[in-house]
Amino acid sequence: MSMQVILAQALLGLNVGVFYAMLSLGLAVIFGLLNIINFAHGAMYMLGAFIALIGYSLLEQWFGISLQIGFWASLLVAPLIVGILGVTIERFMLKRLYDLDHIYGLLLTFGITLILQGLFANYFNVSGTPYPGQPESLSGVVNLGFMYFPTYRLFAIIFSLVVCFATWYVIEHTKLGSRLRAGVENPDLTQAFGLNVPLMITLTFAFGAGLAGLAGVLAAPIYSVSPLMGADLIIVVFAVVVIGGMGSIMGAILSGLALGLIEGLTKVFYPPAASTVIFFLMVLVLLFRPAGLFGKEK
Amino acid sequence: MFKHWKSGLAGAVAAATLAMPLTAAAELTDGKVKIGVLSDMSGVYKALEGPGAVTAAKMAVEDFGGSVMGKPIEIISADHQNKPDIGASTAREWIDADEVDMITALDNSSVALSVQGLANDKKIITMNTGAGTTALTEEQCTPYGIHYVYDTHALPVGTATAMVKNGGESWFFITADYAFGHSLRDNTGAVVESLGGEVVGNVNAPLSTNDFSSYLLQAQSSGADVIGLANAGQDTVNAIKQANQFRIVQGGQKLAGMLVFITDVHSMGLDIAQGLQFTTAFVWNQNDETEAWSRRFYERHNAMPTMVHAGVYSAVTNYLEAVKATGSDDSDTVRAKLGEMTLNDMFVKGGKILPNGSMLHDMYLVEVKKPDEASEEWDLLRVVSKIPADQAYISLEDSKCPLVN
Repeated sequence: MSMQVILAQALLGLNVGVFYAMLSLGLAVIFGLLNIINFAHGAMYMLGAFIALIGYSLLEQWFGISLQIGFWASLLVAPLIVGILGVTIERFMLKRLYDLDHIYGLLLTFGITLILQGLFANYFNVSGTPYPGQPESLSGVVNLGFMYFPTYRLFAIIFSLVVCFATWYVIEHTKLGSRLRAGVENPDLTQAFGLNVPLMITLTFAFGAGLAGLAGVLAAPIYSVSPLMGADLIIVVFAVVVIGGMGSIMGAILSGLALGLIEGLTKVFYPPAASTVIFFLMVLVLLFRPAGLFGKEK
Repeated sequence: MFKHWKSGLAGAVAAATLAMPLTAAAELTDGKVKIGVLSDMSGVYKALEGPGAVTAAKMAVEDFGGSVMGKPIEIISADHQNKPDIGASTAREWIDADEVDMITALDNSSVALSVQGLANDKKIITMNTGAGTTALTEEQCTPYGIHYVYDTHALPVGTATAMVKNGGESWFFITADYAFGHSLRDNTGAVVESLGGEVVGNVNAPLSTNDFSSYLLQAQSSGADVIGLANAGQDTVNAIKQANQFRIVQGGQKLAGMLVFITDVHSMGLDIAQGLQFTTAFVWNQNDETEAWSRRFYERHNAMPTMVHAGVYSAVTNYLEAVKATGSDDSDTVRAKLGEMTLNDMFVKGGKILPNGSMLHDMYLVEVKKPDEASEEWDLLRVVSKIPADQAYISLEDSKCPLVN
């Protein structure tokens, strides 16, 4: 097995890993700060990709608006729209469930997922529609020495890493982040200090949802846009969060990247196991470190 | 006496002139020949068959003169939406209510099998130009079903044979992970091995895979001469596009597409598809005759014909020839005549329709041109070699069709 092959599959694994990281990061933020197991996260990811697709090629046909939202603009517009949807869901639905068990939030968001998937499956084909808007400037190929790698994928990796670590930095190392964490730790006390805790919670949920939407836009040019693209991914992402530790921001990022890598390398050594290796690790982690690799035992 | 003789002669002449159209009218059941084009008009196969097949059928009727034995020829069409139940219910309505005499197109193997079965019950000829499965002429063959353009035996056998002979001895397969892909891979692998080649590896990719990158890298690192794509449609296009992104063909390996249409090549572009080899029944600019017809087709359809479009034209034409020759639209009579005919037109030379419905004709191994070799937008393919009919298709002796063995 040559080094070249291993490096190549590792890089592809990293490519998958950044998507795991971005999605599990959003899940971890929402769980860490809101205690909600957001099953609709995959649907938000799917929604982000569809907003990019519709914005690029269907606005005129559907709404008669002669406007085209390009890839770069989608990186901003799609997370914004998904974020607003997140606000709506949090304000009008999830809010009523905060005093109940986690399982109610999970069931509600699972229902939302099914509704969104069904809605899009009704109008788009399930096997996927290619996204035509990949920018010309990213369409080339980079020679990395050990392999040729599409420029766009390289861009997606770097962009996602920047977003992930920026999020981590804001939450762990800024004043805004410390207020957020304080609001979660003791809402009443934080409120007494004059901070608007419900608003903070709403915005956090919107931010988590927006992250998923952003990942969807980034994924659109690589994978075709399909109503089930989120459902395919969300189960793996949950496993990533479990392995990293629920609520641990850095844990979510690092385990996302690491598991993408492990999955990629499994394809080198024993391809049939590639789709299950993450779940195997999840079982091991649950048996020996139930709070996850980076989580704290409560 | 003389008067009597004269009137007798007049009567005989009158009877004779009357007799011809009378017998013909009696033989053409509803006073016309009606042909149904049942295709995917809106989905994944739209470009390769679809509306273009209707155009091709109409051209065949016009070139035939618009009528047979003085009776009009009519083309009707419908969308089967790739759903066997919709295909079958449309066909049933056509046969029962519209008195359709022959159904053609029928891309999508599952629609094809269901309509061919139904048409057999109703004794109606189907001339399938679009579906791939050999079951149409093997296990599920019927006395009225004809498979006209290509099948899943001819495609891989043609491509694999030629590629092994040209030095592509070791193969790695990327297989669509369902029955169609597996049978395509097994057929192809068997051919490769029978010629002394070797299958060095295989990886199964789920149907409608979007990201082929890791499969392609496995194929690349296997060091195989040829990467065989045992898939079709969007899967093939995605795999080829991504092979280009990862510079696999430029690295010296060859890609072998098992089911590729010129419309796929056109949509990928030569930059991406160059060097790809595959088997086809028709190349539009192969000679003056095919080119003349194809340019007429282009004027109406705004795209050059696929092998399936050309096949529809040929199938309709030869069906009409058989009706004309026998003076009948009775399915048994026409089918018997079709079996006797040697088919010669711009699509097929020396074609023979076997009792199991398989139409034997030469196939061509083609290679996608390099961008600087193309003289115009649709000048995409170069013929590498001819695959004789007897090599491309399953022989009658080897057929699993219950009608013949």
